[in-house]
Amino acid sequence: MSYVSLTINGIKISVPKGTTVLDAARQARVFIPTFCHDPDIPRFGACRICVVEIPGMRNLPASCVTEATEGMEVFTESPAVVEARKTILELLLANHPQDCLTCEKNGDCRLQDYAFRYGVKESGFKGERKDYPLDDSNPYIIRDASKCILCGRCVRTCNAIPERSIIDFGYRGFATKIVTAMDTPLGESDCVYCGRCVTVCPVGALTWKPLAGKGRIWEMQKQEVTCTFCDSGCTFYVLSKNGKNIGVVPKAPGNGRPLCLKGRLGLELKYLDAPPAPHLKKDGEFVEVSWGEALGLQDIISKLNKD
Amino acid sequence: MAEVTLTIDGLQVTVAKGTTVLEAARQAGVFIPTFCHDPELTRFGACRMCIVEIPGMRNLPASCVTEAAEGMVVYTESEAVIEARKTILELMLANHPMDCLTCGKNGECSLQDYAYLYGVKTESFGGEKHAYPLENDNPFIVRDMNKCILCGKCVRACAEIQGKNIVDFAYRGFDAKITPAMDVPLSASECVFCGNCVAVCPVGALQEKGLRSAARTWEVKKVKTTCPYCGTGCSFELNVKDNKVVGVTSCDGDVNGRALCVKGRFGYGFIHHPDRLTNPLIKKNGKFVESSWEEAIGLVAAKLSAIKANYGPDSLAVLSSARCTNEENYLMQKFTRAVLGTNSIDHCARL
Amino acid sequence: MTNSIKEIAGADFILAIGTNTTESHPIISLQVKKAKRNGATLVVADPRRTEIAELSDIHMQLKSGSDIALLNAMANVIIAEEIWNKEFVSTRTEDFEALKATVAKYTPEYAEGLTGIPADVIREVARGYAKANNATILYTMGITQHICGTHNVFAVANLAMLCGQIGKPSSGVNPLRGQNNVQGACDMGALPNVYTGYQAVTVEDNRGKFAKAWNVGELPAKPGLTVGEMMEAAAEGKVKGMYIMGENPVLSDPDAHHVVHSLEKLDFLVVQDIFLTETAALADVVLPAASFAEKDGTFSNTERRVQRVRKAIDPVGNARADWQIICDVATAMGYTMSYASASEIFDEIASLTPSYAGISYERLEQGGIQWPCPNSGHAGTMYLHKDKFVRGLGKFNPVEYIPPAEQPDNEFPFVLSTGRRHFHYHTGTMTQRTGTLEVHYGTEFLEINPADAAAINVTEGEMIKVKSRRGEVAVQARLTDIVPQGMVFTSFHFPEVAINKLTNSARDPVAKIPELKVCAVKIEKAS
Ligand code: SF4
Ligand code: SF4
Ligand code: SF4
Ligand code: SF4
Ligand code: SF4
Ligand code: FES
Ligand code: FES
Repeated sequence: MSYVSLTINGIKISVPKGTTVLDAARQARVFIPTFCHDPDIPRFGACRICVVEIPGMRNLPASCVTEATEGMEVFTESPAVVEARKTILELLLANHPQDCLTCEKNGDCRLQDYAFRYGVKESGFKGERKDYPLDDSNPYIIRDASKCILCGRCVRTCNAIPERSIIDFGYRGFATKIVTAMDTPLGESDCVYCGRCVTVCPVGALTWKPLAGKGRIWEMQKQEVTCTFCDSGCTFYVLSKNGKNIGVVPKAPGNGRPLCLKGRLGLELKYLDAPPAPHLKKDGEFVEVSWGEALGLQDIISKLNKD
Repeated sequence: MAEVTLTIDGLQVTVAKGTTVLEAARQAGVFIPTFCHDPELTRFGACRMCIVEIPGMRNLPASCVTEAAEGMVVYTESEAVIEARKTILELMLANHPMDCLTCGKNGECSLQDYAYLYGVKTESFGGEKHAYPLENDNPFIVRDMNKCILCGKCVRACAEIQGKNIVDFAYRGFDAKITPAMDVPLSASECVFCGNCVAVCPVGALQEKGLRSAARTWEVKKVKTTCPYCGTGCSFELNVKDNKVVGVTSCDGDVNGRALCVKGRFGYGFIHHPDRLTNPLIKKNGKFVESSWEEAIGLVAAKLSAIKANYGPDSLAVLSSARCTNEENYLMQKFTRAVLGTNSIDHCARL
Repeated sequence: MTNSIKEIAGADFILAIGTNTTESHPIISLQVKKAKRNGATLVVADPRRTEIAELSDIHMQLKSGSDIALLNAMANVIIAEEIWNKEFVSTRTEDFEALKATVAKYTPEYAEGLTGIPADVIREVARGYAKANNATILYTMGITQHICGTHNVFAVANLAMLCGQIGKPSSGVNPLRGQNNVQGACDMGALPNVYTGYQAVTVEDNRGKFAKAWNVGELPAKPGLTVGEMMEAAAEGKVKGMYIMGENPVLSDPDAHHVVHSLEKLDFLVVQDIFLTETAALADVVLPAASFAEKDGTFSNTERRVQRVRKAIDPVGNARADWQIICDVATAMGYTMSYASASEIFDEIASLTPSYAGISYERLEQGGIQWPCPNSGHAGTMYLHKDKFVRGLGKFNPVEYIPPAEQPDNEFPFVLSTGRRHFHYHTGTMTQRTGTLEVHYGTEFLEINPADAAAINVTEGEMIKVKSRRGEVAVQARLTDIVPQGMVFTSFHFPEVAINKLTNSARDPVAKIPELKVCAVKIEKAS
């Protein structure tokens, strides 16, 4: 493999050819904020929060899509970079509900992290705000499109499993929105509630309904567990608060790990003292079902009952 | 001591006479939210967050100022109670800047905790809001009176813990505000910046300037330790983020409770000061040169051994330190006596 | 301290001598304020009208260095008026007659001449102290930093025993320690004449015990040199090598010129510290130490409470904990010293020190413990001398008033006194580098009475020169009636105002404490 050497904030580092400036910076332990970048899905380069300054390049390039080259010099926190990031954050916040007070994502939200880091308070831009209704049409995922920053990670991670591909960008300009086919609520779509999208959403636009109101992120501990239902071996977190297990959520999908609802429900049954009753969609409506049915064990159970 | 027995949410509790319903509930492990109450300060009973339902009593009494009585039946989360608490929170939030996004107390704020607990969102009342300027002109404390919920804890902490009476309630009605006399900034008052008011403030109205701009509450690890300054021996918690001390917060110290002085609470900056020595130095031709530990220790050992051999143990002397630990002072005198062979060890205790 | 800090709040009479408690010990002063709120009488004896003096019921603005005259006069009144605690004196003390004889001449009227305090005030305070249910005496450097420091302490103890105001809750003799672990450094035997727990090096059994534990043949029997004596011996070439850990004598010790001269004469000086202090700058080798946040250990506070110091972060750069450095040096000198943790060192201390024997890191997790704590079932000791004194009967040590070594005269007409400021600490090594304290309180000044200032034509904020027989410093003037006429005051926290270039190294003959509270100076305009 051939290597290139570059300098990031004065730190010399050499990386394999083809590495992005963002990945090079992370190897050098230099922090660069990102919204739309996701190491497990194709490069996108849309949010621009990862911009850096590279003398000789026009404008400030997005580090997540810029490849490192020999002798390159990179500045990740130059005044121009910080100014640009602040502007991006101000624009996002101008159209963001001021809701951290009770937002489920409070404490684990990139928008909040970066606003704090760059000292962006209220936005200088005053304008129209999105005011979409909350989509809690299903028992598993709450979508709050008003909080969406259109990073597209949910879309790309959902589309990574070809037979899913439930959501996509819809409409244009200020009205741009992440939608299901026909812009129906998620509950009416073919969504399988694997929750891949929830794990990657950097803000509070996608959250777990079973956990709503159950606790704040900083109050919870998490324990990693592996699902044994199928060969994929997906990883999940069992969340606990004050020593009690309160929920199971998937870990972000790694290579080829599909994640599925059945696996999550199975782990809820295993780890939670009082697992919420499982729901499945029948004739377009969610109905409460037995654990056997939810986990697809109906056949086995009926066979056992026969004997 | 006389005792009374009462029932709280169906639990029988026996407490000493004179105990408040709030204290009784806490003894029974029943949660009641509070803003203005503090076990170390005089009772105030102003915020009404701690109300409970007690059949036979008119209205919903504040549990922090109501004494438990024999046979009393208390409901802490009845519908009426929850409704009232929600209304209190909505009124507070109607006049509160929605600033959690970057607020330094986000994650350690009673207003936020209770709003989340009772599912109170913002903006049901949307009325006039305060627009006080941020008071940010001293190096220790940031005051944002827009966030103040007028619980009066800072007033009582300053008077009752610190004995200073720097801040008090001023003005009336919507304009009510906590201020030093004549509404000057703290820096123009007699404030000694002990920060004991900051330690009790339940919201983000009073914040430690350094700590709250360096880390979010959920990012820090807290390590209880003993103050390195005067001989009082106050306990506090070092707040650590990314292997750096970013601030100090109160804990319950044997000597000091939650009280600290300005040095203990705000004097931690020396730890990461660029002047800190990070490598051994050896003077060569009148100038210090950085060296390895091996070289420095080897040189010290050789020089001390040579002086001892040539001029005897009493040609060596050691100053130990009133700022080092017991363990270090012990080892230093052991070293002096057992290795150097002299009793010439002292420290600057007399100063 | 004979008592605990929290017990101060329970006293109904507090005599604070030479302690500017609100500035030097702010958290202890909270207990004084609490006692006041509970109705206690607070009497402050201090030449300056300090904040705590403002809070007091009676402020005795005595002349610098006249404490013994005051204390003896109080004893005189108490004996004359027959209000002493006869039962306590007869059952718990000895040599009362000697005290009686010595204080006989210190009538309030005689003391008024020496102290400047009206005789009637002395009488009133004496009565209040004697008749109180629980009277406590607080003091700090104001008492000890005099040529007669030890005698001052005797005078305080005499008064407490005379009235039986000792050996019970909230009543006692309470020196407030200035540095975090002065108490611990003394307890640990960082003194020339004792091992840990004040076990004398001159006692053969003690030497045998420590030699065995430390695995050496013999330990030196002759007491070593004190700081001041070390400096003299270094100047004379008798001491040739010094190892200084975490101290900055160039700024903290009196007569700085002399200290620098002594240290420069050494063949070899090694200094171990967290900053390149004024003292470290003179060293041949400087070893970088870890700060309190970077290591485990214990401190013992002024009320004898042993408390944990916990490691919160790794040492910065290549710094190392002091205890590890000492082990490294010892081992390099051929004496293997190696401990896995600070807790292991503490266990060794406990095994050799009766007063610490019952303390361990495990127990300290539940909270601090006040020594003496003889065994692991013992809860620790809130106040000392409950049923008997350490030596059995309490001995009265009558003392005479000795005037300060250096008196103002025509050439040096002012008394210079030094002390501490609320926002700073010791030689400023730490508090000058916090990003907060030095920003708020950035420059030091010299307090001078407006009448004195007017007489020499000095105005507020003006740079002036303060000169003594030993040196001079430049400093800004602050006109304030906190100081009486004839006296000037400043702190020793600021390297720019190295006030110890001026102070007198004349020492108390017993405790060897320099007389930092009184020296004669003159003031000149800087230009
Ligand atoms: S998504 Fe983030 S910034 Fe938006 S309300 Fe939630 S926590 Fe706050
Ligand atoms: S819902 Fe979340 S992941 Fe999807 S685009 Fe919006 S912010 Fe990004
Ligand atoms: S910092 Fe201390 S003195 Fe100042 S207002 Fe707060 S409690 Fe009072
Ligand atoms: S500043 Fe804080 S402690 Fe003081 S009244 Fe306001 S909310 Fe309460
Ligand atoms: S916080 Fe202040 S009073 Fe307490 S030990 Fe530290 S310096 Fe002393
Ligand atoms: S993270 Fe690079 S453009 Fe979004
Ligand atoms: S906590 Fe009871 S009224 Fe405020």
